Amino acid sequence: MIIPKLAYKNIVGAGLRTWLNVFVLSFAYVAIIWTQGLYEGMNRQASRAMIDYEVGGGQYWVDGYDPYDPFTFDDAHEKLPLQLRQLIDQDRAAPILVARGTIYPKGRIMSVQLKGIDPSQQIIGLPSSVLDQSDGGIPALIGSRMAKNSGLTRDDYVTLRWRDVNGTFDALDIHIVDVMRTTVSTIDVGQIWLPLDSLRKMTRLENEATIVVIDNEMNDIPTIAGWEFKDHDFLLKDIREVVQMKTVSASIIYLILLVLAMIAIFDTQVLSVFKRRKEIGTLMALGMTRWRVVKLFTLEGAMHGIIAIVIAAIYGIPLLIWFSKQGWAMPQSIDDYGFAIGEKLFPSYSLALIVGTIVLVLLTTTIVSYLPSSKISKINPTDALKGKSL
Amino acid sequence: MENSVVIHTINLVKEFPMGTQKVIALNDVNLDFHKGEFAGVVGPSGSGKTTLLNIIGSLDDPTSGDVMTMGKSIKSLSHKESARLRNRYIGFIFQTFNLLPVYTVYENVEFPLLLLDLDEKEREKLVWEALEWVKLTDKAQSRPNQLSGGQSQRVAIARAMVKKPEIVLADEPTANLDAENSYNILEMMEVLNKELKTTFLFSTHDEKVIAYLKRKITLFDGRVVKDEMVSRDDS
Repeated sequence: MIIPKLAYKNIVGAGLRTWLNVFVLSFAYVAIIWTQGLYEGMNRQASRAMIDYEVGGGQYWVDGYDPYDPFTFDDAHEKLPLQLRQLIDQDRAAPILVARGTIYPKGRIMSVQLKGIDPSQQIIGLPSSVLDQSDGGIPALIGSRMAKNSGLTRDDYVTLRWRDVNGTFDALDIHIVDVMRTTVSTIDVGQIWLPLDSLRKMTRLENEATIVVIDNEMNDIPTIAGWEFKDHDFLLKDIREVVQMKTVSASIIYLILLVLAMIAIFDTQVLSVFKRRKEIGTLMALGMTRWRVVKLFTLEGAMHGIIAIVIAAIYGIPLLIWFSKQGWAMPQSIDDYGFAIGEKLFPSYSLALIVGTIVLVLLTTTIVSYLPSSKISKINPTDALKGKSL
Repeated sequence: MENSVVIHTINLVKEFPMGTQKVIALNDVNLDFHKGEFAGVVGPSGSGKTTLLNIIGSLDDPTSGDVMTMGKSIKSLSHKESARLRNRYIGFIFQTFNLLPVYTVYENVEFPLLLLDLDEKEREKLVWEALEWVKLTDKAQSRPNQLSGGQSQRVAIARAMVKKPEIVLADEPTANLDAENSYNILEMMEVLNKELKTTFLFSTHDEKVIAYLKRKITLFDGRVVKDEMVSRDDS
């Protein structure tokens, strides 16, 4: 027990040098946890928003439907089978019909994706209830990105042209009843939401749908002929890939912060070892073995990391909790990245993140403390007593 | 063990490289020191006094020859065994005191006992005993930077003596002290030598120290040129 006792005495006795070191390390803990928490929060919010506004508990896609290939929309629709109709009647699923169309806003021509949804559905958070109003024209809902791209605003009328199931073109004016602000760009960009019944009538696809979104609480997923169930793993694959990509850049920030902290510790340890050569010589003259000298200096470095945990906890816990409650306001331009974040980003700190950061910082601190100590321990005691370098 | 040989040097040679040349610090030194001696190695600067003490204390290795300290061949000791030898049998007193700056006087004196893994009660008893020898019980909680030079060297003596070593190696112990402190310290070491039968070996060129020695070995250019027993004139 002598080494921990001596290490403790040494770091307490070192005064300001210790506290500077400890502060830098504590800052590393808090900064790493905070930045990683932001990324975790971003990831969670993005997935959550996708689930709440688009994906629900998963989706049944009619065979042949490919959201990335608009030409499939013409044929990708089927009459709803009994099982899905039952789910819809029980308010456990919401059908969506997808079709192609063209709008002519302010003299321009613009291809759009038409999506028909039941205005009374409660399965996803899309504000479909606004479609339950009629002043003669067909009510339409668009997102803010779509509004920006098309120049349309609330209460505008715009001419929509589409083809029905027989390939016959038709057109009429639709009424933009609302412009929704959503973080999920995939229900916004290039899309116009219409009442399901209206779109069915327009396309002559009575009782048909392309997608059926099921309730998030539903666990038993029946197999239905002609319809393929797409679960979260499939539907959130893209967002998870983006998250994965962002995780790599987050790891770089993590590494930079860690390296900065380690340079501080390494620098301090090297300086400390250099300054304390005579003390090392004295310790050896008094009978301390080289290995014990290494242990002493390594433990001193590691103890900086341990004290830094306490200091980081004192100011870091309230700060991190405050951030997780208040969130971090995102600039308007964040929308342009097409990543569902929201107006505020709420950091999320998992136990694995906190424990992992503590272990990693402690381990690295110990290693960088060991390196100069092991080198100095090889010095001849007489040279150390004279204050000579290796 | 009375009059037994505690230090025995055999054809001891130490060379230091200096550029492409070699400097001979010790040249064929053959000496014996017996238990309870109060001896000193004297000579001008660069004559090899400190080098001899360092090798005897297993802080340095000889180039050739050997030293038997407490019956152990310095040359054959591993680093760990050297550390154990210093810890158990040897006390060091340095010219610049070499107190550990962040420890109190008490903790500095206690340090060698911690390395010996003695229990707290025993350590406490020995530390207070050592502090009484050097009359510094009132400074037990002071830090080295609060002490005068004389007090610091007394702490160093207490630290060297606390484990009651067989040998104390004192390298120019009075070099940084005034005359009064030098005499006080020498008196103290002489008393400890008599009471505890500890072998004291000094390296010095200070006349005040030389006056206290009972055996004087003169080194010149690394060679022993004179080895004489001296009778002290107490007047």
